[in-house]
Amino acid sequence: MATEVLQGIDFTLAPETFTCLIGPSGCGKTTTLRIILGLDRDFAGTVEQASPPPRMAAVFQEPRLLPWRTVEQNVRLALPPHDRPSSGAPDLDALFAVLGLQDLRARFPAELSLGLARRVALARAFAVMPDILLLDEPFVSLDEHTADRLRALLIALWQERRTTVLMVTHNVREAARLADRLLLMNGRPARLVGDVAVPMARAVRGGETLNRFLATLTREHPETVLA
Amino acid sequence: MSDTPRVPTRAPLRLLSILAFLAIWAGAAALADSPDVPGPLAVMRFVVAEAAGGALFYHLGVTLARVAAAFLIAMAIGTAIGVLMGQHHTLNRALDPWIILLINIPALVVIVLCYIWIGLTETAAITAVALNKIPNVVVTLREGARALDPKLMEMASVFRFSRTRLLRHVVLPQLLPFIAAAGRSGLALIWKIVLVVELLGRSNGVGFQIHLYFQLFDVAAILGYALAFVCVMLFIEFVLVQPLELHLNRWRPGAVSRPA
Repeated sequence: MATEVLQGIDFTLAPETFTCLIGPSGCGKTTTLRIILGLDRDFAGTVEQASPPPRMAAVFQEPRLLPWRTVEQNVRLALPPHDRPSSGAPDLDALFAVLGLQDLRARFPAELSLGLARRVALARAFAVMPDILLLDEPFVSLDEHTADRLRALLIALWQERRTTVLMVTHNVREAARLADRLLLMNGRPARLVGDVAVPMARAVRGGETLNRFLATLTREHPETVLA
Repeated sequence: MSDTPRVPTRAPLRLLSILAFLAIWAGAAALADSPDVPGPLAVMRFVVAEAAGGALFYHLGVTLARVAAAFLIAMAIGTAIGVLMGQHHTLNRALDPWIILLINIPALVVIVLCYIWIGLTETAAITAVALNKIPNVVVTLREGARALDPKLMEMASVFRFSRTRLLRHVVLPQLLPFIAAAGRSGLALIWKIVLVVELLGRSNGVGFQIHLYFQLFDVAAILGYALAFVCVMLFIEFVLVQPLELHLNRWRPGAVSRPA
């Protein structure tokens, strides 16, 4: 007997925008992501993609690095083979530098802290220059300080290498600070219950402005935001 | 900075243990005072004479060649079947009874049947040894295939790893501990079965020599060949296998630390 987990999920992502999919834990956000990634195929419905199929990259909840390969190899292995000769190398140097990984390229994942391992996963995702970047709670179980630094890095990288981003998180504050648009998911089976634009410029998303925005959001969608 | 920190403290203890063994052996031989219980010196004399004549190296070489051939065949076939069975349930259900049967048939029976059905040939000999080892490799590698991390397979799927890349960088490293385990126990099992195969149906090799000297009741010769062969296997273990293992495991946390 199959349980219906998602019902009537239908949304379009505008190119080069940053969208966050938010909702209570366990509502089906990760499942949605996995369906888009092609990791879960047991569903009724269609995922329409442009032709040729877009290049996708993902940052999972765990770093998912190959423990027996160095940081550098982990990033390079994600690159499509024919990309490597000319366009590959210089971009990777800049990418590693932005993420503070330039001195760690020869290290193995076991030697890295969780924060550093997550940075490598980010480097890998951006290195392939994806058309769509999907992130599944990438900053969970980090201390707030480290998570903040990584969020800033994510936005910096995204603004430099524009790509369409869909990020799943249950942290509404984080979503409001990072995204252009919030998709709210809730219910059993899960449905899209809200679609909210975040109009403020990222530079001013702090303190009072953010609190007011979150207060409005909470008023309009209490079951999703407060769950 | 030393990169082999533990060897210096292990060697004296090992040496002491070996010397103690030799001393006890010499004592026992002196006590027995019989041609059937030769002491270490008598055995050494035989080994030196046999080596000088060339016979020792010839028979050792022939046996090692058989060991190598059977080992490579058993590992290759066993790994392939084991991984396939670990990944495909229907295949596993189909082949499992055969594996259980092969594992439980006594080695001697397999050897004798191979000689009868294939003939008293080298092919029969190698086949018999390989058949004895393949089921063990299959079972071990099947576990390895079942233990593959699905999260890494998903990551590889998202980043569109080619089949080669997937096998070489994701699957093989995960299977290596299982391959190592199968290889280790395989080698130990194989050379023992090779000696039996040589005793039963070949006209050269360490097994054949031991059979010959058994008929002549030459215990010094038997012990000489046995010790020579064990030395060769130990050499393989310490000079080939262990450095290879160290190299392959250097990424593991807690591995021998490299200079900063």
